Amino acid sequence: MNDDFPTPITTEPSTKNKTGTWRTFRPVIKYENCIRCMICWKFCPEPAIIIVDSNKYVAKNDAIKKLDAPEINYDFCKGCGICANECPTKAIDMVFEESLEE
Amino acid sequence: MKNLTIPEEELMLPGHTACLGCGATLAMRYALKALGKNTIVTIPACCWAVIPGVYPARTLEVPLLYTAFEVTGAAISGIKNALEATGNDDINVLGFAGDGGTADIGIQSLSGAVERGENVFYIMYDNEAYMNTGVQRSSSTPKGAWTTTTQVGKVRDWKKEKKKNMVEIMVAHNIPYAATASIAFPEDLIKKLEKGKNIKGPKFYHIYATCPTGWRISPSKTVEIARLAVESKVFPLYEVDHGVYNITYMPKKNVSVKEYMLPQGRFRHLTEDEIKEIQSEVDKDWNLLLEKEKWTQSLNKVQ
Repeated sequence: MNDDFPTPITTEPSTKNKTGTWRTFRPVIKYENCIRCMICWKFCPEPAIIIVDSNKYVAKNDAIKKLDAPEINYDFCKGCGICANECPTKAIDMVFEESLEE
Repeated sequence: MKNLTIPEEELMLPGHTACLGCGATLAMRYALKALGKNTIVTIPACCWAVIPGVYPARTLEVPLLYTAFEVTGAAISGIKNALEATGNDDINVLGFAGDGGTADIGIQSLSGAVERGENVFYIMYDNEAYMNTGVQRSSSTPKGAWTTTTQVGKVRDWKKEKKKNMVEIMVAHNIPYAATASIAFPEDLIKKLEKGKNIKGPKFYHIYATCPTGWRISPSKTVEIARLAVESKVFPLYEVDHGVYNITYMPKKNVSVKEYMLPQGRFRHLTEDEIKEIQSEVDKDWNLLLEKEKWTQSLNKVQ
């Protein structure tokens, strides 16, 4: 193979590309209403929802407190709103970003 | 304790450049969850050719090979044969192409690979037009849809032809396993891919992947529209295992085609009568599928 024209091989992970800057609406989880069913995690196309330790957030009751909780990674969330649309308890609000900056 | 219905392992990184609410990224995410790290992916020109980002960025944690538009079937055949020749029999080789790269441009190489009985996975993620280049009609665009090449203006030139049925084309090749799947039913999708791991020979999957940009819907409705497509019987979920049909999800709600089409901007020009005509075609196809299931399953019992 000619060394002047090596085969282009991708090396850097796309996580250096912070797609969170695309966002117009920010999803905010209301943990007091969250039942930790992880449907938001399941349908996130980024995926920008991660699973965190059960004690990190408040929970509705003790049974739910035992389950690991979802957390949104705002570095990558593009704000499509699938999580808010699919949430069975409507525990995710889509908040206009500019209203948060004030 | 985790409350998960699909595998936790993520082989797709965030930071990719797909549109908001992209259904094709969900298809890839679920496919890699099912096939695992021991996979080589091949992608022709399609949306997924740009989703991994600008060189040198990568978004998949598995090897990915880009090929020309029409050769996905040939490329996966070659990779699989080379792996087998070097004694690596346990690696899954996956061709991941759009509807244009499968039903139009890539059909000859796919047909060849299936006819030769190559032991590979082939996924057609169906966003029902050439979305990467700006919503041009493909043979997988459904009847009634607006695209930039089937425009609706003073002359109403929406697509008049029916969608190509790729699973039937694959069944005609005597394929060991062909199935439809939807991003709204990830458990079903992953189950079908895991089943394919134990089947020797070509495996074909037709995955319904919503495109908010080209279908003129809100990005938040991606999964909702995909679910409506299954519930309204526009896109039934079934598998064909060695010629035997099996419907894997029976629609529970009685959803009409109109309810599926109404939220989508690409169908908004259709009149009541035109929607009724499409509804009768959908009903006919669904009844035919029910009969095929009954007939092939009864034949199987006799043997």
